[in-house]
Amino acid sequence: MQNKNKKLKLLVPLVSVFLGLLIGGIIMLLSGYPPIEAYIALFQGIVGDSYVIGETIRQMSPLILSGLAVAFAFRTGLFNIGVEGQLLVGWLAAVYVGVTVDAPAVLHIPLAILAAAVAGALWGAIPGILKARFKVHEVITTIMMNYIALYSTNEIIRSFLLAPGERTENVKESASLASPFLQSITQYSTLHYGIIVALVAAVIMWFLLWRTTMGYELRAVGFNQHASQYAGINVSKNIILSMAISGAFAGIAGSMEGLGTYQYMTINAAFTGVGFDGIAVALLGANSAIGVVLGAALFGGLKIGALNMQSIAGVPTELVGVVIALIIFFVACSYIVHWLMNRVSKGGKI
Amino acid sequence: MEYVIDMRNIRKEFPGIVANDNITLQVKKGEIHALLGENGAGKSTLMNVLFGLYEPEQGEIYVKGNKVVNNDPNIANSLGIGMVHQHFMLVDKFTVTENIILGKEPTKGGKVDLHTAAKEVQALSDQYGLRVDPYAKVEDISVGMQQRVEILKTLYRGADILIFDEPTAVLTPQEILELIQIMRKLVSEGKSIILITHKLKEIMEVCDRCTVIRRGRGVGTVDVKDSNPDSLAAMMVGREVNFTVIKGISEPKESVLTIKDLIVLDSRKVPAVNGLNLTVKAGEIVGIAGVDGNGQSELLEAITGLRKINEGSIHLRDKDITNLTPRSVTASGLAHIPQDRHKHGLVLDFSVGENMVLQTYYQKPFSKNGILKFSPIFEKAEKLISEYDVRTPDAFTPARALSGGNQQKAIIAREVDRDPDFLIAAQPTRGLDVGAIEFIHSKLIEQRDKGKAVLLVSFELDEIINVSDRIAVMYEGKIVAVVDPKETTEQELGLLMAGGKRGTVHAE
Repeated sequence: MQNKNKKLKLLVPLVSVFLGLLIGGIIMLLSGYPPIEAYIALFQGIVGDSYVIGETIRQMSPLILSGLAVAFAFRTGLFNIGVEGQLLVGWLAAVYVGVTVDAPAVLHIPLAILAAAVAGALWGAIPGILKARFKVHEVITTIMMNYIALYSTNEIIRSFLLAPGERTENVKESASLASPFLQSITQYSTLHYGIIVALVAAVIMWFLLWRTTMGYELRAVGFNQHASQYAGINVSKNIILSMAISGAFAGIAGSMEGLGTYQYMTINAAFTGVGFDGIAVALLGANSAIGVVLGAALFGGLKIGALNMQSIAGVPTELVGVVIALIIFFVACSYIVHWLMNRVSKGGKI
Repeated sequence: MEYVIDMRNIRKEFPGIVANDNITLQVKKGEIHALLGENGAGKSTLMNVLFGLYEPEQGEIYVKGNKVVNNDPNIANSLGIGMVHQHFMLVDKFTVTENIILGKEPTKGGKVDLHTAAKEVQALSDQYGLRVDPYAKVEDISVGMQQRVEILKTLYRGADILIFDEPTAVLTPQEILELIQIMRKLVSEGKSIILITHKLKEIMEVCDRCTVIRRGRGVGTVDVKDSNPDSLAAMMVGREVNFTVIKGISEPKESVLTIKDLIVLDSRKVPAVNGLNLTVKAGEIVGIAGVDGNGQSELLEAITGLRKINEGSIHLRDKDITNLTPRSVTASGLAHIPQDRHKHGLVLDFSVGENMVLQTYYQKPFSKNGILKFSPIFEKAEKLISEYDVRTPDAFTPARALSGGNQQKAIIAREVDRDPDFLIAAQPTRGLDVGAIEFIHSKLIEQRDKGKAVLLVSFELDEIINVSDRIAVMYEGKIVAVVDPKETTEQELGLLMAGGKRGTVHAE
């Protein structure tokens, strides 16, 4: 039974990807684009040469982290829609430390990432406190906090850190995750060391949840607050802790952008979308650490590959958006199917 | 044509398990037919086969003489079979009438004709003596009335074969008497009833015949008038069952739990426990008798640290545990078998093994420096599973997949194994079959004999009288009387529970 479940878990996303591509192809056909050429271009745009591989991996890093943030909260029964905001404050904190602090790289990089994690954690803890203390639903507060983060970070950059070009200064070299080595082996893509941080974070997430007493408490509270309270677990503390850890992952996702991809922070006219993509990545990855990494690979790949699809096959990148949406749609649907199947077998409890 | 329902040699398999093996169930028109079996014996599976939710691997089903090949729940409806579910399927915010007509609404000019519907409901309710208020909202009516709404739902759909799934589990003694009247009325009006239950008393009282299944196999069908509770229980469990709880004389020693002038507010800020005093000594079982809602839940929550104590004090031995956190109370030597095993007792999505360490996961050897140690956890779980005969495929199975009786055994294993000075058992046998009840009672007495103090809260007077060494009657937040179970009767307890004075029962 358990084996069957595991197979099913793997099968659901695979079938969804297939169906998403299939229906995306039909849509291309209907709108007068050549689907097969488009998909070949898309595929080549993901793994065609070392440059696009580098770009795909670079794109994955923040997605892994934002996916982990959503998945972690979800495992403990919370829905963190605020990853976007936590990412922005993390980004700013990392860049601030990167710009203002003088230290050798071995200290400077960890310090900047830590600053991002702490900023994200604090930003995430606020909705946690509101939920634990006043029973305000975290979906509402985290959405609000996103806007506060967006406009506050912009204002802080404008007032204190502004450099020409509506952005901050570049972070110092000692805080940068950029890697000439990684760039040189990928035909000078923007690949940086962030992927290592992201993979380590995935391991940490798995370990925290499944191997520690803290994770045991968090999961228990996520499944059943009453039984947790009865067993002597402090429910309020765990809600706040869960949101803080989730926010820390999101904050580190921000540092990927600040220390890696961009090396600075711009004044954002709108949300980056990485935080919201994290919700989809977590869904695709069934909220498991390894699943999130795979989901981020798919997401990152499709986004990078879309550029090639546009330039080679002339298919607009928006169609990749449609394909991504279809994949998510089918994953969501098959969870419903999955859930129904579970319900039926539970009904037959013997 | 003799039988309205004739299920012959039904076999239903699930991967790895035969849920029904050669079961025959034949129900005559106009009879109340009991379907008796332990939790997990396969009663629900058999009914699901009848309803077409499962297709049997073997066997034939005839309804009113016609062979049924059914794989569609709607067929059961069209054949006039209706189910009164144990967990009511009602929309709280709808009125009684709206609930009854749901899915079969009479319309007039495109609008639901509630007025006619309400009249029809009233007529049905009068015909069968099912007292309901057609215009009341379901959330406002009593559990007993909700059940009558469920019955009316099946009648409204034209059912003449009614299946009652453990109907008395949620009812008060008074409501049970009413339900028995209703069932008698229904058969006198020509309906046939299948009563799924494991309460022998009810079978003896109301049923004509009884089909027994044990671990998926049909054991046989007997006429109730030729049988007795002992023989039925033996058929169900497969061995002789002790109804009279065997226990020696208690030897109470020092006080373990001492409650003084306790005042606890309920969620509406009204005193639910109002100046309560109680002592439980080592080596005795104190039973709290009382009608539900007289402050029992609040009392237990106050003792266990789940609810704030406004006035008064609670001592566990010499330690003041007033308003300590649940964790500190537990650590002071208290174990608690909670009233609602799904809500408080288990994290249903955790494995059985993880549930076994729900209070001890942070201690050695189950964890070290915040890292869980899985091999000691699952070793412990395996040990408890075998000692307490928790029937589960393994310790990694989610607690949700276990039957109610085995879930309860898992909780008891966990609580008793911590070797507490003081054990609270709240409704420990609710919804369980005689075999499990016997087991749980023996465990409680075993604890007492080991010199532990046990507090038993139950709404079943039988249980209170049989298991307790002293009975404290709780009424409106106070202990109004403490009686010796050997010298009291259900009548006297009933009167005390209703706020009467001691002795008046003899005077009347």
